[in-house]
Amino acid sequence: MQELTRDALLARAAELLENGTVDRVLGWKRGEFAYDVTPAVFKSADEMKESFVWGDFCGANFSKYLIAETKKSENKVLAFLKPCDTYSFNQLLTEHRFDREKVYAIGIPCDGMVDIAKIREKADGIASVDTNGDKLIVHTLFDGDVTLDRAEMLAERCTVCKSKKHVAYDELLGEEGDVVDSARFDEVAKIEAMTPDERFAFWQGELSRCIRCNACRDVCPACTCEKCVFNNPNSGVENKSPANSFEEQMFHIIRAFHVAGRCTDCGECSRVCPQHIPLHLLNRKFIKDIDSFYGEYQAGAEVGSRAPHINYTEGDIEPSDAVKRGDENA
Amino acid sequence: MRKLAITKLNDLFAAIAESEKLYIPVDGKTGANYELWAEGKTLSDALNTVRSPKDFFFPQTEDMMAFKTEGKKIEIIDTREECEDFVIFGVRACDVRSFAVLDNVFLSDPVDSYYKNRRDHGLIMSMACTRPAETCFCKTFGIDAADPEGDIVCWRVQGFLYMDAKTEKGAALLDKLASITEEADSDVIAEEKALIRARMEKLPLASLTTDAFGPGKTDTFFDSPEWKSLSESCLGCGTCTFVCPTCQCYDIRDFKTNNGVIRYRCWDSCMYSEFTKMSAGQPRLTQVERFRQRFMHKLVYYPERYNGLYSCVGCGRCLAKCPIQMNIAKVMKTLGGKAND
Amino acid sequence: MHEINSNEFISKEKVSTETFSAEINSENKPYKPLIVAFCCNWCSYAGADLAGNNRLSYPADVKIIRVPCSCRVNPMFILRAFQRGADGVILCGCHPGDCHYTSGNYYTRRRMALLFSMLDYLGIERERTRVEWVSAAEGAKFAATMNDFAEKVAALGENKRLEDLRCKN
Repeated sequence: MQELTRDALLARAAELLENGTVDRVLGWKRGEFAYDVTPAVFKSADEMKESFVWGDFCGANFSKYLIAETKKSENKVLAFLKPCDTYSFNQLLTEHRFDREKVYAIGIPCDGMVDIAKIREKADGIASVDTNGDKLIVHTLFDGDVTLDRAEMLAERCTVCKSKKHVAYDELLGEEGDVVDSARFDEVAKIEAMTPDERFAFWQGELSRCIRCNACRDVCPACTCEKCVFNNPNSGVENKSPANSFEEQMFHIIRAFHVAGRCTDCGECSRVCPQHIPLHLLNRKFIKDIDSFYGEYQAGAEVGSRAPHINYTEGDIEPSDAVKRGDENA
Repeated sequence: MRKLAITKLNDLFAAIAESEKLYIPVDGKTGANYELWAEGKTLSDALNTVRSPKDFFFPQTEDMMAFKTEGKKIEIIDTREECEDFVIFGVRACDVRSFAVLDNVFLSDPVDSYYKNRRDHGLIMSMACTRPAETCFCKTFGIDAADPEGDIVCWRVQGFLYMDAKTEKGAALLDKLASITEEADSDVIAEEKALIRARMEKLPLASLTTDAFGPGKTDTFFDSPEWKSLSESCLGCGTCTFVCPTCQCYDIRDFKTNNGVIRYRCWDSCMYSEFTKMSAGQPRLTQVERFRQRFMHKLVYYPERYNGLYSCVGCGRCLAKCPIQMNIAKVMKTLGGKAND
Repeated sequence: MHEINSNEFISKEKVSTETFSAEINSENKPYKPLIVAFCCNWCSYAGADLAGNNRLSYPADVKIIRVPCSCRVNPMFILRAFQRGADGVILCGCHPGDCHYTSGNYYTRRRMALLFSMLDYLGIERERTRVEWVSAAEGAKFAATMNDFAEKVAALGENKRLEDLRCKN
């Protein structure tokens, strides 16, 4: 259950709109059902009262929206940031992607977000979902109410949450949390422990489902190129469909590589994938390798840090030793 | 009408698969998808497949021809292959209608021979929806989930699979299956239809109507100020168009092989910044325009072109899959005004 | 390619065609892997030149692509080489500390360490990729490296896991 209520956020936003600190609010907008929450820009407290929501389905990370939003007006925009969103926020500031002065960031605590796909495995015809402490009450169309453990329905990224601490904000509502000792690399280690044939089969199985909708790229707060190489006809690698397994691998390897060292592990890529490909396992592999080769590094932990890719030491690990390191770890 | 005990479903599949390729929805790691039936594969209980069955007739990528050069000679190779007969089992009413939407585009003059080849060889066994999902709104587009279109319609009732042929092709297949099926009474099905129709009435989106849309409404909606706020958080990804059973836009491209060129076609998405790119650039420069194009095409342009038929079938895939949860139901509610409240 | 073995270093390392006898294709020709070698203009490219001048032999199926610095090699180049039919890709640059542009090869080292580790993670055979530091004076090392790499790749056979079947048409 989320610590703060919708009303608490609403009240603070109304104050800030009222006193002119901000002239619009980036928030979550109610949909048709419990779970189909859309990021939206609210211009007034009345608009917010009507359709603003805060709850277990507000997973969308707003940081990337700030790039476009801050260009629209000279006034400040209010953004609600969950702990993991603040890392993306900092990383975008590091890359000078938006003007910090045009944002009023409110840090809000997060108790993890629920994955509707997990609920769908347990119930169909989901009319609405209520959170009651550590339980979710799912009201269904045909089977009455189904009660589920909230903890079991959390999105994968939330079950291995790396930080409850906000690393950037102008104002914090609720209690500040801590960086968590997370088990987020366990899945990566499991894959590393497989034989090369098993690894290849695993990734072929996952990546072959890719439909190249580009949702992972378009939602990614680290993917902020004005023109992606895969959309650029002059790049020689532009393509619109996963014509074969090579294209699928190429896209995902290059995308993961391009965000390596900048990826904060926010998990949006896997959240939005319509085919449920565990794309975060590619990004986490890079994060794990970076930690193991060049020392612990968390992208977005602070503004202006130098990413491992644009840094070096004379005694860095040799590429040939790097691949062997995986064996030792496994 | 014929029937067969659900416990004997495997026999039915085996009998069909004897002479034709049979595809059925099978549960996978992340939802159901159509798979070629083989002994041991069982029918999924999921309401619908993750990917739509449009892939059968309009695959995501397909080679159209190839060129090989030797010196100054260019050889043009036809890459088409004669399609074998196949049966798709368990297609839902919404998806069956999507074939009619695709047919209008691909089978009207000039006929797309690639599409037609597959369409001619495919037989559709549709399935009525006893347990629709909250995202279903096929009724909005005049589709009856209780009595789908298709060559053979199936219902699963009280431990039996009831089958009714709707076309000659379907009747021929049912005749072939006569030895393992038995004659059935249609009363049970009448009851089932009433049950399904009652359920459809109670769905959250049951009140959604197309009243505000249709032919001639271009001027009404084209300059609507709502497009801006509706599309504000759109990422410009292609998820909605790629999971959509009726989205039919494609691009034709050349791939340089080591010895020649393959000309292939692949799905394209109006959400992409390179969609319909010409020498003068892309005509829809902003995401607002691209977003508008998708919904205007479904709700206005297509019905205008093809006798009022909407090119949305209410399958609900985009409702379930859009990363930011913006979808045609929300667009219709916002633009359609009072009619949809 | 000249078949003169004046250098004992090479005669040890040299790949004989017998090594490949297990990999006979339908035309009964010994299987020879196609190797793409990205060579830095300031060191290994000159190293390759020196190997030639010294008449040291290395497989003719090593295709050298000259780059201004090993750091010029984008991970995409490596994947593209595999797509187009390479069975192995090797990247040669100046020894760490000797970069003509001061620090290019340090970045190369970090990038390739991460890329190769990722390819390994995806189940691509790790022997298909390599980074080697070869100076302009190390003609012998260049030839030895190429011979050794070709042998290792030949043992793996054709690249199947990162191939693009369309390219074979």
